[in-house]
Amino acid sequence: MFQTKRKKLDQLTITLNILVKLSMIMTFIIIIFMIGYIFINGIPHLKLSMFSFTYTTDNVSLFPAMINTVTMTAITLLIAAPLGIGTAIYLVEYANKKNKIVGLIRITTETLAGIPSIVYGLFGYLFFLAFIGWQYSIIAGALTLSIMILPLIIRTTEEALIAIPIEYRQGSYGLGAGRLRTIFRIVLPSAVPGVLAGIILSIGRIVGETAALIFTAGTVAKIPDSLFSSGRTLAVHMYALYNEGLYVNESYATAVVLLVVVIAINALSTFIAKRFKKG
Amino acid sequence: MKSFNKEKVMQWVFLLTASTSIIAVGLICIFLFVNGFNALTEIGLWNFISGTTWRPNNDIYGIFPMIVGSVYVTAGAILFGVPLGIFTAIYMARFCPSNLYKVLKPAIDLLAGIPSIVYGFFGLMVIVPFIRNNLGGNGNSLLAASILLGIMILPTIIGISESSIRAVDKSYYDGALALGASHERSVFFSVLPAAKSGLLAAVILGVGRAIGETMAVIMIAGNQPIIPNSIFQGVRTLTANIVLEMGYAADLHRLALIATAVVLFVFILLINFTFSYVKRRLR
Repeated sequence: MFQTKRKKLDQLTITLNILVKLSMIMTFIIIIFMIGYIFINGIPHLKLSMFSFTYTTDNVSLFPAMINTVTMTAITLLIAAPLGIGTAIYLVEYANKKNKIVGLIRITTETLAGIPSIVYGLFGYLFFLAFIGWQYSIIAGALTLSIMILPLIIRTTEEALIAIPIEYRQGSYGLGAGRLRTIFRIVLPSAVPGVLAGIILSIGRIVGETAALIFTAGTVAKIPDSLFSSGRTLAVHMYALYNEGLYVNESYATAVVLLVVVIAINALSTFIAKRFKKG
Repeated sequence: MKSFNKEKVMQWVFLLTASTSIIAVGLICIFLFVNGFNALTEIGLWNFISGTTWRPNNDIYGIFPMIVGSVYVTAGAILFGVPLGIFTAIYMARFCPSNLYKVLKPAIDLLAGIPSIVYGFFGLMVIVPFIRNNLGGNGNSLLAASILLGIMILPTIIGISESSIRAVDKSYYDGALALGASHERSVFFSVLPAAKSGLLAAVILGVGRAIGETMAVIMIAGNQPIIPNSIFQGVRTLTANIVLEMGYAADLHRLALIATAVVLFVFILLINFTFSYVKRRLR
């Protein structure tokens, strides 16, 4: 009766429409259910004693793991960020695109991006522990993670540098500045939001990493005295709890803390990306 | 003259930082392959890859069950993750109202950021008991790992598929519409075929993620080094094999685990090459 102008939709069209919407709803439900489930089961188990300064089997404190996570993140970034940003600068500002080294850098970076974290962990173990002779330590873990996040930092920085208009550089050269001055005074400052977004993504990967750390940084539940001793991050802490098999509630609580960190990191990177687009 | 020198020096410094990736890949290859090679000469390449028994106590090292395990789990993840992911991507790219997009997009990004250990824990607490209570077996199974990995690769699949669907020239859609096709038909039969290498790239990257995943799989796959007869039985993947035994392995056992990583590494290299090949065809 009311189908005057609107063409009658055929069966296939309706099916496809429903299929697409159902998929979206299912994806969304999965996300909400996962996060909701962990929060609902985890928040009641967050106790003040879990944030005591030292870990005992009674309080199962995750505070040392939090401190270790921060240390690990800071040291990894300290190593990887200069290397990654330097690589991106070389690729965008210096390299001759036809240069053979550039091709090699690209291939190896892509390879690094695809290597599973357990292979990094094994390599870290073989190189830093078995070959160099260090113990399980924060520094071995951080160096391993640095290699792991290198491709991410290179790619995001490269994209940020490429997005800087060529006129900026020409203007700078025109005023008599050299290449180096142009890079540090003109190009890099304009690329800061993009670089920052990449670093924040890297923080997310470092915080969530387990497999690469078990055999490099080890699983000691203390704040280490030096960078050359073992200490577990939050994610490794959670794995250790699972392995011991006694602390389901504490695992839930740790999962909540990890999720909160991840949500905060995502929010921060979206915020920076938005400012980047406006500015 | 001084500033000229500084320019030159810094150029070399940047080149030096840029060679980090080359050095890193070189070191990784050397350390894995040298150690792995030692194991393979002792065990024999064919025995190692095709052997169906893994019994380190008796010095029998056959990783065929683990290769099969990795392949099964990855195939399962693709089965669950790809249809759901691609359909969701189609919705995101061509159906989604913009205010809903503002919620959906960050939610999917969040899914990408959740640590694998949290995924594993979720699988252990939700998926495994569900399978145990409703479908039989003890729950730690190929099915559980497939479902969980399917969820884990969703953000990868959705992200790449969505951008490749968006990258299709508008004329494809307009043309189909002008010929009288409905919105849905235009998207599915005109836009989607044009985006197919992008979709393929998404699937390949998803495979790479699934095959390399370790912690989540360990917690829910059961980890028996046996080829499973049904989806309700446990499996052990290549990645799991390394983590489970590396802590206490010594001598040949340790070398065999490193050789396991070499096999995994070769798989990943093959996947990477396929990916860059598909990507090059995309341009």
